[in-house]
Amino acid sequence: MYPVVLKQVGKTYHLDSVDVPALIDINLEIRSNCFTVISGPSGSGKTTLLNLIGCIDRANQGEILIAGKEVQKMSNDALSDFRARHLGFIFQNFNLLPVLNAYENIEYPLLLTQMPAAERKQRVLALLDAVGLSDRAQNRPGQLSGGQRQRVAIARALATEPKLVLADEPTANLDSHTGAAIIALMRKMQREHHVSFVFSSHDPQVQAEADDAIFIRDGRITSVERRSENVEAAV
Amino acid sequence: MKTLSLALRNLLRNRRRSLTTLLAMVIGLVAILIFGGYRSNITYGSQTGFVQGTGHLQIQHKDYFLDGSDNPTAYGIADYQHIIDVVKHDPILAPMLTVVTPILQLGGLAGNFAAGVSRSVIASGVVVEERNQMLSWNDYKLTSYAHQLPLVGTSQDAVVVGTGVARKLRLCNALKVPNCVQAPTVASTDGNQAPDDITALSALAKTDAPPVDDTRIEMLAATAHGAPNVASLSVVQAENMGVKALDDVYLAMHLAQAQKLIYGAAPPQVTAIQIQLQHTNQIPVARKRLEQLLANEFKTEPLEVLDFRQLNPMYGQTVEFMDSMFGFISILIGVIVLFTIGNTMSTAVVERTVEIGTLRAIGLRRSGIRRLFLCEGVLLGVIGAVIGLLCSLAIAYLINHSGMAWTPPGYSYAYLILVRVWQDMNLLVGSVIGLILVTVVSAWWPANRAANMMIVDALRHV
Repeated sequence: MYPVVLKQVGKTYHLDSVDVPALIDINLEIRSNCFTVISGPSGSGKTTLLNLIGCIDRANQGEILIAGKEVQKMSNDALSDFRARHLGFIFQNFNLLPVLNAYENIEYPLLLTQMPAAERKQRVLALLDAVGLSDRAQNRPGQLSGGQRQRVAIARALATEPKLVLADEPTANLDSHTGAAIIALMRKMQREHHVSFVFSSHDPQVQAEADDAIFIRDGRITSVERRSENVEAAV
Repeated sequence: MKTLSLALRNLLRNRRRSLTTLLAMVIGLVAILIFGGYRSNITYGSQTGFVQGTGHLQIQHKDYFLDGSDNPTAYGIADYQHIIDVVKHDPILAPMLTVVTPILQLGGLAGNFAAGVSRSVIASGVVVEERNQMLSWNDYKLTSYAHQLPLVGTSQDAVVVGTGVARKLRLCNALKVPNCVQAPTVASTDGNQAPDDITALSALAKTDAPPVDDTRIEMLAATAHGAPNVASLSVVQAENMGVKALDDVYLAMHLAQAQKLIYGAAPPQVTAIQIQLQHTNQIPVARKRLEQLLANEFKTEPLEVLDFRQLNPMYGQTVEFMDSMFGFISILIGVIVLFTIGNTMSTAVVERTVEIGTLRAIGLRRSGIRRLFLCEGVLLGVIGAVIGLLCSLAIAYLINHSGMAWTPPGYSYAYLILVRVWQDMNLLVGSVIGLILVTVVSAWWPANRAANMMIVDALRHV
């Protein structure tokens, strides 16, 4: 079963009484346990698509199924709970909470799921170890490098063991060497945790690593490339 | 987390702004508590003075207070001792009582005819020991300015006058009244001498009196039958009554002497029965019971019950004046604090827009965001309240031990400037809760704005 299915999804923004279509008639299936990259020129709608899949924005039309749930029909609170339990996010600017240290940043999503303290601690320490930051647990984001911050963000995204992680330009603010290390880490985590990663990225390194590549232009999907299979046209 | 822990860390993140906001709150709370403490001292002091003077409740002849204060004969209470006994032995009233005592108030003319001077006075005939017991009522543990009436163990003709009366009657030197500027004695009494009939009455009154000395005065009053009567009195002391208007007319004497002056050989009466309770908040219960007793056991007597607020309208006016000033200042400070905190929280919301978007994206509900910012507001309020409270107590201590004094309008001596902060729990708790409520209200709007942000807009914020 595909973790994400979009059927005839459309999104229009109302800007100064003008309707601007951002996504038009999107039909898409994102496979499990894959690295999926959404590519396209600026303004093509890739971030909007990522936001809809991440349930942080709502489509004007169509149907979005994530892990079998029709998220469009969920209330705000239900959607928040759904995100807390089933989705992970990695941002271009890391978006760590500056008043919390690395340990606490990773722990925060677990607090939202009411996980018992002992289990929480065990999982956070394991994630810190997995991203190679056990010795930086007490450091706040301001005391970490860009690469280290993104490692904390990856650990935070995987803390609740979601089946889908969304990453918006995760290497855009990193140098190529650090970016490559972060991609490798994400790939490693994706395989170990059996999770789907969906990226929006211009980075050729990310695109090269992708299992599936989705190309989008002017709000429409132009092609979906299944690299482990044949190249498909837009669904 | 820890919402509280996160909120505290966010406050510490911008220490300077948090401190500035705290400072505004602390100054606001200190101003409210110190002024409120000053108001409390004045209103409780005023209440204590009136309760010491008139008791909490009085039983009077109906309409005496409105129309009969200059006519004790028409508005006297004949059966007063029976009423006092009933009140004292009533099982409901007895536990609340401190004093039940009769009083006879009368107007008259006091004259030092040897010096050729006279003046009108308002005299009170009292049971001295009970009067002194009333003067020791101090339920609020205030600095009391009341002096015991120095008539204990004195002869029946002994009286105490206000220093103003002593001055007018040229008794300052004889009574050794401090700071009393006395006009020189008029050498000739021509034209100022008492009328012949008054002089004759005075001479009659003196026949039974002890040898004449320089503290003797005569008091002329109208008897129950409308005839003039004169008593020769011995002034044992002049006392500053605080308020000049009272000091210039005050005269206190033994009840028996006052009754003899007004009623002569007729059965004695009084103009009121003063009832002093242990606590002011017992008034409603005591009053209700008194009215029941009067209606059941003294239904033929036209009596009524008045409380000290009715008897002393100035008390209500003072309280109202102080309350209106306090209310105005509190509202002003509340508005300033409201906008200061509102501004601080609004700035924090703008600065942390991306964080808000991130927290929402990773699953924090709108209510969680609202709770976080409200928690920051409440924390500011609580910290500000604690610091403000401690500062207020320290400042109140300094003021109370500074010895600063002032003479209120219409008063004849200075009062210490005191503030009651710690002693006035209503003020203290009310102000602290009020401040915290103001912080919650002022944080509500920014918190709500933060909670209702669109996640994608918040994440895009630069």
